[in-house]
Amino acid sequence: MSDRNFPIGGPVLEVKNISLSFGGVKAITDTSFNILEHEIRAIIGPNGAGKSSMLNCINGIYKPQIGSVIYKGEEVRKVTPNIMAQMGISRTFQNLALFKRMSVLDNILVGRKLHTKSNFLEVALQLPKAKREEKINRDRCEEIVEFLEIDDIKNTPVGKLPYGLQKKVELGRALATDANLILLDEPMAGMNVEEKREMCRFILKVNDEIGTTMVLIEHDMGVVMDISDRVVVLDYGKVIGDGTPDEVRANQKVIDAYLGVEH
Amino acid sequence: MTYTKGDLINLAILLIVGVVVIPMTISSGYWYTSILIPWLCLALATIGQQIIMGYTGQLALGAAGFMAAGAFACFNLILRVPGIPFVGALLISGLIAAAFGILFGLPSLRVRGIYLMVATLASQFFIIWMIDKFGWFKNYDSSGIITAQDIVIMGKPFTSPVEMYLVIVAVVTPMTLLAMNMARGSTGRNWMSVRDMDIAAESMGVSLLKTKLQAFAISSFYCGVAGALFAFTYLKSLEPVAFDIKLSFKVLFMVILGGLGTINGAFIGAAFILLFPVLLNYIGNNVFHGAIDATIISAIEQVVFGVLMIIFMIYEPLGMARLWETTKNKVVSLISKKR
Repeated sequence: MSDRNFPIGGPVLEVKNISLSFGGVKAITDTSFNILEHEIRAIIGPNGAGKSSMLNCINGIYKPQIGSVIYKGEEVRKVTPNIMAQMGISRTFQNLALFKRMSVLDNILVGRKLHTKSNFLEVALQLPKAKREEKINRDRCEEIVEFLEIDDIKNTPVGKLPYGLQKKVELGRALATDANLILLDEPMAGMNVEEKREMCRFILKVNDEIGTTMVLIEHDMGVVMDISDRVVVLDYGKVIGDGTPDEVRANQKVIDAYLGVEH
Repeated sequence: MTYTKGDLINLAILLIVGVVVIPMTISSGYWYTSILIPWLCLALATIGQQIIMGYTGQLALGAAGFMAAGAFACFNLILRVPGIPFVGALLISGLIAAAFGILFGLPSLRVRGIYLMVATLASQFFIIWMIDKFGWFKNYDSSGIITAQDIVIMGKPFTSPVEMYLVIVAVVTPMTLLAMNMARGSTGRNWMSVRDMDIAAESMGVSLLKTKLQAFAISSFYCGVAGALFAFTYLKSLEPVAFDIKLSFKVLFMVILGGLGTINGAFIGAAFILLFPVLLNYIGNNVFHGAIDATIISAIEQVVFGVLMIIFMIYEPLGMARLWETTKNKVVSLISKKR
C-alpha cells in the first residue's frame, strides 16, 4: 500500500458535530470525522448505528438538525443530493436504487448527466453538439462496462439481472459521474465470497487507477480490515472508534460494541 | 443515438406508403376523414401523454384540456393575427399549451401517483371552464359551435380530405422523429431515471424540478398541436365539449394499450382504440345484419376495452408495442432457422 499511484492527501470532506433525529429517535448524535483524499474509508457499526443515515447526511438526502459538512475546506451551505453531485460526490444505495426498466448501459449513462450540456432541443434535432456529446458519453460508459466485466449484459434491462450484477451496475453508474468521492452503502451486502472478492478488486482498482476517494459501509469485518485505510466505528449514533484497522481492532469500546459487555 | 440502416429503411418505406401510396390508392373521403386523420391527430396527442406518463412516470390526466388549449389558441391566432402562417399558428398554439402544461405540472413537485392524477384533472376542467366562461376565446359566438377556419398554407387552401391528411402527415412525421430522438437520447434518459427511481436520479445530478416541468411542457406541446390539428381537420369546428374528460381517458387508454414508454405504441394504441369500434360496427352490420342493437354494440365496446385494460396492466404493461416486438422477433428467428 505504500507505493500507491495516488498517495493519501489532506482532508477532502469533513463532517462536524452532526446530529440527526427523526422525531424523538436520535439517529446520530454529535458526530465528527474526516475523509482524506484518495483514501478508502470504512464506516462500520452494529445494525441501527446510524451508518446509512450518516451517508444520507453527507449526500443531502437527510438534513441533519445540527452540524455541518465541509467539502474541500469550505462549508457546504445547502446540502442536497443535486448540489453534492455537482460538487463531485456520487453514491450507491443500500437497497439498490437502479432504474429498473432501463438497460445496463442506459443506467450507467444517466451517471453522465452532469457531463451532458446539450438541452432537449439540441437532442431532439440531433445537432452536432448533442451527437458529439452523446458519443463521448457512450464511449466513457463502454469503458466502464468493460472495466466491470459486464459487457455481455449491457443491453439487458437492469430489473432482470441478479442481485450481484445489479450491485456492479450501481457501482458503474457512480463511476460514470467521474466523481472525486464515491459513497458506497453496503456494496457487498448479500454477495457470496466470490462476488465479494471481485467487488473488492474493483474498489481497489478504481482507487488505485483513478484515485477516487471511497467511503464504504460494510458488515464483513474481513473485507473492511483488508481494503480500508482507516475505519470509523459508530454505535448508537456516536463515534466510538476511529483509526487504522489495527487501531480499531484493538479498541476496547469497539470490541464491547460488537461482542457485548457483561453487566 | 444514431439510427441504423434498418431504421432509415423503415422510415423510408413508411414515408412512401404515407405520402405516395395512400393518397394514390385511397380515394374515398371516408378513410381520410374518419380513420386516417383522427388516427394521426390522436396518435400525436398520445405521444404527448406517453412522454409525461410512459417516460417520466407522472400519472397526469388532462391531455384533452391541453388539446383544447391548443385548438382555441390556434383559432384565435388565425382570427386575430392577420397573415399568420398556419404552421406558425400551430407552433405558437403548442407553446401556449406548453405554458399551461408547466403551470399544471407544478403539483407534480409535491404529490405523486393517484394524487397527482387528481391534481392534474384540474387542468382538464380549468381550461374548458375558462374557454366557456370568457366569450373572447370563442369570439363571442353565441351558438357554442364555431366553424374552424380553412387551412391555408402559402396562399393555397388545404380543404379536401387528402390535402388535410397530407398537412397532418407533414406535421406528425417530424414531431414523431423529434420525440424519438429525445426519448432515445439524454433527455429521455433523464425522464426515465425520474420515473424509475427519483432519489437516485437526483443523486446523479438530475434536477427533478427541471426534468418534470420540462416533460410536462413538451408533453402539453404535443397535445396542443394535436388538439389544433384535431379541431381544424377532423372536427372542423371548435367546441369545448369535444375536449371533455372522455377524450382524456381515450388518450390515456391509447397509451396503456399501446405500451407505456414506447413511441410506436402511441400509434398502435391510437389505431386500436379508433378501429375497434369500426370493426365491431362492421361485424354487427354485415355478420348479424343489424340484428344487434347499436347501443349493445357500443356497450360491448366498453366491456372489451375494460377487460383489455386489465389484462394489459397485469400481463403486459408494455402493451401492444411489446407484443408486436416479440412476434416480430419470433417470426424473424423462425425464418432464419429455416434457412
